Amino acid sequence: MKHIRIIPKLDIKGPNLVKGIHLEGLRVLGNPEEYAKLLSEMGADEIIYQDTVASLYGRNSLNDLVSETARSCFIPLTVGGGIRSIEDIKDLLKAGADKVSINTAFINNPSFAKESSRLFGSSTIVASIEAINYEGEFLAFTDNGREYTGKKVLDWALELQDCGVGEILLTSVDNEGTGEGYNLDLYRLVKEKLEIPLIFHGGAKEPKHFLDLLNISDVDAFGASSIFHYGLLNLNRIKNKSNDHGNTEYLSKNISFKDFGEFTVTSIKEALSNAGYNLRIENKK
Amino acid sequence: MKNDIDIAIIDYGLSNLYSVDLACKKAGINSKITSSLEDIEKSKGIILPGVGAFDHAMHNLKEKKLDHAIYNFIETGKPFLGICLGMQLIMEESSEFKKTKGLGLVKGSCLKFDFQKIENFSFPVPNVGWNKINKTSSTWNKTLLSKNEDGDFMYFVHSYYVEAEQEVVTTYSNYGKYEYCSSLSYENIHAMQFHPEKSGDKGLKIYSSLSDNLEK
Repeated sequence: MKHIRIIPKLDIKGPNLVKGIHLEGLRVLGNPEEYAKLLSEMGADEIIYQDTVASLYGRNSLNDLVSETARSCFIPLTVGGGIRSIEDIKDLLKAGADKVSINTAFINNPSFAKESSRLFGSSTIVASIEAINYEGEFLAFTDNGREYTGKKVLDWALELQDCGVGEILLTSVDNEGTGEGYNLDLYRLVKEKLEIPLIFHGGAKEPKHFLDLLNISDVDAFGASSIFHYGLLNLNRIKNKSNDHGNTEYLSKNISFKDFGEFTVTSIKEALSNAGYNLRIENKK
Repeated sequence: MKNDIDIAIIDYGLSNLYSVDLACKKAGINSKITSSLEDIEKSKGIILPGVGAFDHAMHNLKEKKLDHAIYNFIETGKPFLGICLGMQLIMEESSEFKKTKGLGLVKGSCLKFDFQKIENFSFPVPNVGWNKINKTSSTWNKTLLSKNEDGDFMYFVHSYYVEAEQEVVTTYSNYGKYEYCSSLSYENIHAMQFHPEKSGDKGLKIYSSLSDNLEK
């Protein structure tokens, strides 16, 4: 039996949880740890932290946040952004991360994918791919969709699989943050050929979007951000909204994110389960 | 002399030991990440965690003389818990990369999952995700699962699985056509393919049982 995983992805900038559209135009949504704890309680199967500015500055600054989160969330935690060396991976594992997700450093040096997978085990290494549809072809990008890598998405995914990485985290930059649903063409292209688990991310806003993907293919893991972040905000579950960094206007005006509903990990899992799919649903105490 | 270590978490290389340590602390266990033979000898229980390659891990254990420390510890009758690769290492051998001898504490070997496509469902390798642990006919009373229930979800990440003799198997789990041993207990040796420290409240119950199993 395979149970479909639901994995919230939390983009982090400085001390804040942020969210953009097409990975750009970041809004501050609050304290990532508070979100992670709630999401974990609501049945998230794993959590991904992505440092959104780390690659630009060449460092990952999430160690403290990771260490705090690992103390309260006893589910798998994947951390990405700015990881360039074996030492960087060691530091994050030491802080309490279970897996690391890497994009730019693998593009620059595919043998790093091989080396890190051999050293830490495939299960620790997640390769992240940012895909953009350019004139009908899916191409791989880095730096939140800014830099073209010269690789086609499927070729690159298969190369990473050969390098021994344990999972692929594939984000459709075109769909990301838009709430238009998952990019079915991109998914079909990669899923059919891949033999390692695929986490697919970008565009989910409602249960229908998850079901649309399940209708065309089987799914290992759904990544999602906005739907869960705005769901928690709309449900008034987030206490700690004040923060003086970044663009907090959205929060201080207490705008209800009307584009998004009040969906949570729990309600999405229930919807998919009711449609006949297998997911981990814990019995209520 | 005061014995101040409840559990020695054996450090033999590049594993992620920190979540194991945090889960111990959460269960009130005074744990220490260590590769000191003395620490291991005087602790009340040991955990052998591990991710990564079997041959690499065996090599490290031998180089640090941890294999003998583990053998001696088992003789004392105090509890041993192997997690993930730590479960595989206690078997007689593995065919990962090349045929490598394990610690041989329990009869059996490690085999690799094949990638499967059954009807429209794929079963990728590694097997990553949550899966149920199903009770075998054996009783759980004397195992670390005494507080758990048949069908509890646990978190798995593995490409290899253990084939052991039926008498020691405490749970089995399914992955496509495979029905494999996901935990075992043999006298004071306990081993789990899943990660209890990453399996939420259900997993923490196992650490709580381990805590109860330690001599007061």
